[in-house]
Amino acid sequence: MIEITNFRNNHLIDPHLEIWEWPIAVYLFLGGLVAGLMILNGVWRLMNKQTDAPASTRMAPLWAPVLLSLGMFFLWIDLSYKTHVYRFYMTFQIASPMSWGAWILILVYPAQLLAIGIATEIKSFKGPFRFLNLPIAFLQAAAFGKEKLIAWLNITMGAGLGIYTGILLAAFAARPLWNTALLGPLFLISGLSTAAAWNLLSKPAHDEEKTLVRWDLALIAIELMLITVFLIGLATGPQGHQDAGELLLGGSFTATFWVFVVIVGLLLPFWLELREVTGRFAPKWAAPVFVLVGGLALRLIMVYAGQVSHIPDVEMLSGGF
Amino acid sequence: MARYGMVIDTKRCVGCHSCVISCFLENEVPEGYTRDWIVEVVSGKSPDFRMELRSERCNHCDDPPCVFVCPCGASYKEEGTGIVLVHKDKCSGCKACLAACPYNARFINPKGYADKCTFCDHRVKAGLKPGCASTCPTKAINFGDFDEPGSELHRLMEGRVVKTLKPDAGTKPQIYFLL
Amino acid sequence: MSNHFNRRQFIKIAGMGSAAAGLAASGMNPWGWPANALAGSLGSDVQVIPTFCELCFWKCGINAKVRDGKIIKLEGHPKHPLSNGRLCPRGNGGTGLTYDPDRLKKPLMRVQKRGEDVFREVSWEDALDFTAEKMLDIKAKHTADCLALFNHGYGATFIKTLLMAYGTHSIAAPSYAQCRGPREVGFELTFGEEVLSPERTDIKNSRMLVLIGSHLGENMHNTQVQEFADAMANGAKLVVVDPRHSVAAGKADWYLPIKPGTDIALLLAWMNVLISEELYDKEYVEQHTYGFEQLKQHVKSYTPEKVWKITGIRPALIRATAREMGHQKPAVLIHPGRHVTWYGDDTQRSRAIAILNALVGSWGRKGGFFYPGELDVPMPELPKFPPMTKKRADLQLKDYPLAFSTLASGLCDATFPAPQAECQLKGWFVYGTNLFFSLPKPEQTREALQHLEFVAVSDVLPMEIVGWADVVLPDATYLERYDDLHVGHYRDPFIALRQPVIEPLYDTRPPWWVSKELAKRLDVADYFPWDNIEDYLQQRLTPMGIKLSDLKKDGVKVFPRQALYFEDGVQPEFYTDSGKIELYSAKLASYGHDPIPVFTDHGDPPEGYFRLLFGRAPVHTFGRTTNNRVLNRVIDTNHVWINRRIAEQWGIKNGQMIRLQNQDGAITNEIAAKVTERIRHDCVYMTHGFGHKAKGLTNKKGASDSDLITRYNTDPIMGGTGMNVNFVTFVV
Ligand SMILES: Nc1nc2c(c(=O)[nH]1)N[C@H]1C(S)=C(S)[C@@H](COP(=O)(O)OP(=O)(O)OC[C@H]3O[C@@H](n4cnc5c(=O)[nH]c(N)nc54)[C@H](O)[C@@H]3O)O[C@H]1N2
Ligand SMILES: Nc1nc2c(c(=O)[nH]1)N[C@H]1C(S)=C(S)[C@@H](COP(=O)(O)OP(=O)(O)OC[C@H]3O[C@@H](n4cnc5c(=O)[nH]c(N)nc54)[C@H](O)[C@@H]3O)O[C@H]1N2
Ligand code: SF4
Ligand code: SF4
Ligand code: SF4
Ligand code: SF4
Ligand code: SF4
Ligand SMILES: [Mo]
Repeated sequence: MIEITNFRNNHLIDPHLEIWEWPIAVYLFLGGLVAGLMILNGVWRLMNKQTDAPASTRMAPLWAPVLLSLGMFFLWIDLSYKTHVYRFYMTFQIASPMSWGAWILILVYPAQLLAIGIATEIKSFKGPFRFLNLPIAFLQAAAFGKEKLIAWLNITMGAGLGIYTGILLAAFAARPLWNTALLGPLFLISGLSTAAAWNLLSKPAHDEEKTLVRWDLALIAIELMLITVFLIGLATGPQGHQDAGELLLGGSFTATFWVFVVIVGLLLPFWLELREVTGRFAPKWAAPVFVLVGGLALRLIMVYAGQVSHIPDVEMLSGGF
Repeated sequence: MARYGMVIDTKRCVGCHSCVISCFLENEVPEGYTRDWIVEVVSGKSPDFRMELRSERCNHCDDPPCVFVCPCGASYKEEGTGIVLVHKDKCSGCKACLAACPYNARFINPKGYADKCTFCDHRVKAGLKPGCASTCPTKAINFGDFDEPGSELHRLMEGRVVKTLKPDAGTKPQIYFLL
Repeated sequence: MSNHFNRRQFIKIAGMGSAAAGLAASGMNPWGWPANALAGSLGSDVQVIPTFCELCFWKCGINAKVRDGKIIKLEGHPKHPLSNGRLCPRGNGGTGLTYDPDRLKKPLMRVQKRGEDVFREVSWEDALDFTAEKMLDIKAKHTADCLALFNHGYGATFIKTLLMAYGTHSIAAPSYAQCRGPREVGFELTFGEEVLSPERTDIKNSRMLVLIGSHLGENMHNTQVQEFADAMANGAKLVVVDPRHSVAAGKADWYLPIKPGTDIALLLAWMNVLISEELYDKEYVEQHTYGFEQLKQHVKSYTPEKVWKITGIRPALIRATAREMGHQKPAVLIHPGRHVTWYGDDTQRSRAIAILNALVGSWGRKGGFFYPGELDVPMPELPKFPPMTKKRADLQLKDYPLAFSTLASGLCDATFPAPQAECQLKGWFVYGTNLFFSLPKPEQTREALQHLEFVAVSDVLPMEIVGWADVVLPDATYLERYDDLHVGHYRDPFIALRQPVIEPLYDTRPPWWVSKELAKRLDVADYFPWDNIEDYLQQRLTPMGIKLSDLKKDGVKVFPRQALYFEDGVQPEFYTDSGKIELYSAKLASYGHDPIPVFTDHGDPPEGYFRLLFGRAPVHTFGRTTNNRVLNRVIDTNHVWINRRIAEQWGIKNGQMIRLQNQDGAITNEIAAKVTERIRHDCVYMTHGFGHKAKGLTNKKGASDSDLITRYNTDPIMGGTGMNVNFVTFVV
């Protein structure tokens, strides 16, 4: 037998870490979504199809800074001492993914604004948003003639942002569930998928819609693959990783993970989109909504389950001496 | 240059919590939190049990992930002592260091910054032992400088089975437990 | 200034320790540390005031650190022989008592029926007048011997003087008949001397330590635990005999999970092996003991095989441990225990322990029992105390000629009307003992209280007993008051001072003041012939050549060590009838008791019941600290230890809240189960002191073992109350 008594009781730490809650997950979700929106916009432009894709190239650039700011708001909500947020920007810590992230968040804004500048299709605003016309005119002037460059900028910054949302967690060796190189790609792909879904909900043009659905099918397929590899990696890793895998494969997070992430977030939209591509009936709103739900669920579960996972003590490994 | 650390004798320790309570008072640890704690592990079968009692705290890791992840440069390993500390005035309370510590040694002080064992650096710099080490009735907690030639810490480890916590976390703890 | 420093600089800095702290506090920061680095308990604004601890009765020296009139920390006094600079957890958490918001803050007088815990605040003047009036009334109507003083703790010294001056002889503490009385009687009968407190056990020099129940490490008497760790580090062999795998057992070379109540059999079997294999200290036994032949005959039948059946300890284990004793003698300490009132034959068990120690020759030897340092600090001349007018109250119903202290339980018994009693107690003065937690049969205590004409209680917290008072005298805590000098007799004799480190927080008064004030009103002011406590203390210190002002700075004065052992010059003298160590006690025989201990069976629990055992948590002292907010940050409740197999049979899960009910139907509050393999299947265990019910206390968590002690076995030799005789079952 082995009886372990830990007499510690630190608020939000014991019996397991609970320092980050849903705002962080929402922030990661929005970060991934924005990253995806930026990349998709760039890709359409590089394909020179911007005029055929109004949702991805005209609406999305307007949403991106709003969603990103919302994400940062959630990040800020989670800070223990709100007025100290400026301290992120008093320094740059090269070894700290979070410091990179803080700066990336700032640096993507110019790229996003320039993207607004090249969204030439944007007509003048009327009504309450009239005040935006002047700055947009400025942006348009600034961006004029640099469309390709700005497209590339959005793709690279978007990829940076998307991968970063995964790396942020992956950098924590102390939390085996997070501590895998797959988390960056997984969050990036998932971000792209949620971005495609977002655009699908923003009145896309007919061809745009067909393309987005195809892309999303591919993205979901890749995501499924990444998740499989991720789970195999956990199950075959050291004890801490096995325990972490156990959380998703036969533990407290298993049901939510399979239902919301895998079934609702991936398999169901995959099936619906497959029907759509093959010309069978599928409600147009359904797949994108499920993808967004799945994307949020993935981050929520990763944030919460990750904090439960830990490197076990040696004595637990050996099960007694 | 010094490299401070502890050698804690699990054979001497009786799990009394004197170390924990003295730390509360020395460091005004806020209620609901603790910087050090006791872990009791009993294994085996009656009557041949084996018991290990450990007084645990921040390990002042040589490779401290809590420092690497800190986005604000608030967590740092002090030059000249190797003590891992937090600059209250730089901390944003982002909690990255809490997530990064494999030992869950940190917490957020309700005053808004990451808090943890400081090795009582204020005492050490005044030539005193840390609070916990100085009150421990069994002298289980030994504090000193690993870099000091002929250090008492090395002598204590001679001929004993020694371990650090979660060595596979790769943090190189500076607290050694004598079994 | 740079952040770097080298080793040499550091040593220099270290040498200037206090200077460094001072500099930093004054805002200078010569080494470039962050400005907030030097804080905590250091700084020139911190005053260090020595005194001694009262979180238990060990009296360790402390240095109290005070900043802006607030005690910020307590540290071990480095020169005090009982603390050696270190404190146990309770000592560290002492501020939690002084700053307990639940404290008694003003004198109180009862306004409703006794026990209903309803009071009004009164002035000290009124409270003292009332107390004196009632006491004089009892004296006039029934004589002073009909008023009893229950007391515990160092604050009681002046109160005892007062009550003796008033004329009573019924003065008792629960630390005798409920604690170490049987041990002292057993050792006195054997060696002619007591073990005393602090115990004269030379633990740190032991080569082999045998703990019978004594759960050092949970029982946190500071110096003993310090020495226990030293002994372990020096490679001493350890045997722990306990039905529960205690912390000490976790360090043992041999752990003997004995069936509760069968220790005498084991002790006799050890003697059997030592004698039959001729492993005992022959020279010592021959020179110093009386009755060896009788003992030899007596233990012949207690073979390890026979005792195995009684105790459950395998013969090989009994032999191996006995042989190790023979091998390590004389530095073998069979620890006498402290709280030994277990089964009613406790004096005999203590005798058996004493005899075993004699066989290995450990009394008066290094690593065994030392001779404590002597120091005579004369008491100031006082008038003679009034003589006894009636038979001592606790001996009314049954005489215990071998008991040399008053029995607290006996005083409680003497409060009930009894035809043969010369005096039924009419008044109780209770200082620093919560009788509902310290005496067995709390129901009987409750009834007794209803028989009384007058009850005064001095306490610091609104404990259960306070609710039963007619008048409540709120005491200043040990950090707020002077008490009498502590003349300590450990290896080195010493004098220690208790002095206030802060002013009393509330309208509370120290016991010296209360005693002196009451003395005036009781017309016995002659017994307090000094104006204030400092004069008194200086009076006592003057013959010792000590200035009070110096002692206030130093806290303790240690006197030169004298010989500790026979081998370094103590004359082997034994104040027994035979002048020898009495393996055979003719005295016991003459009073009709067994001259050599005999094993008696204490029976098994009835079906579905388990023997209730209890002990200490390292962080708490009895029920007196379980409201302490500092200590409660670590442990604020107790658990009942249940054997895993039994718990499975009952379907009880670890952490599940259950209740315990004893053989008489007494039932506890809810308590969490600790399901463990670390306890035998025939008993359960809990720490004493939790499960408060008094309305003024904040922490009422856990269950009280006292509630379940509705029966006890009386020790026929000295009247101790063996309390490990209750059986409980689970209410799930
Ligand atoms: N932290 C702390 N320390 C204290 C105190 C405190 O309140 N708190 N109180 C002090 C005082 S006044 C005293 S008297 C001492 C008491 O402390 P001790 O004298 O050391 O111990 P007890 O309370 O008698 O015994 C408790 C142990 O005896 C075991 N036991 C019970 N029945 C039997 C039996 O039949 N046979 C054997 N062999 N073992 C048995 C129990 O399982 C338990 O481990 O502690 C002192 N130290
Ligand atoms: N059921 C059961 N009964 C036991 C024991 C057990 O383990 N279980 N143990 C026995 C033993 S070993 C002993 S030594 C006794 C101990 O018995 P007690 O010493 O009576 O122990 P407590 O019940 O803690 O009561 C102490 C009281 O003193 C008060 N007090 C504390 N400090 C001060 C002060 O400075 N001044 C005043 N005036 N009051 C103060 C506390 O508030 C509390 O009400 O109990 C014995 N009885
Ligand atoms: S004070 Fe010492 S003996 Fe007590 S728990 Fe801490 S390390 Fe162990
Ligand atoms: S124990 Fe944790 S907090 Fe301390 S240095 Fe190591 S990683 Fe950092
Ligand atoms: S909580 Fe403070 S110390 Fe910890 S990582 Fe964030 S900024 Fe750094
Ligand atoms: S070194 Fe100081 S801060 Fe660290 S656990 Fe010990 S007392 Fe607490
Ligand atoms: S043993 Fe602990 S509680 Fe008792 S006097 Fe010493 S420090 Fe105080
Ligand atoms: Mo006691």
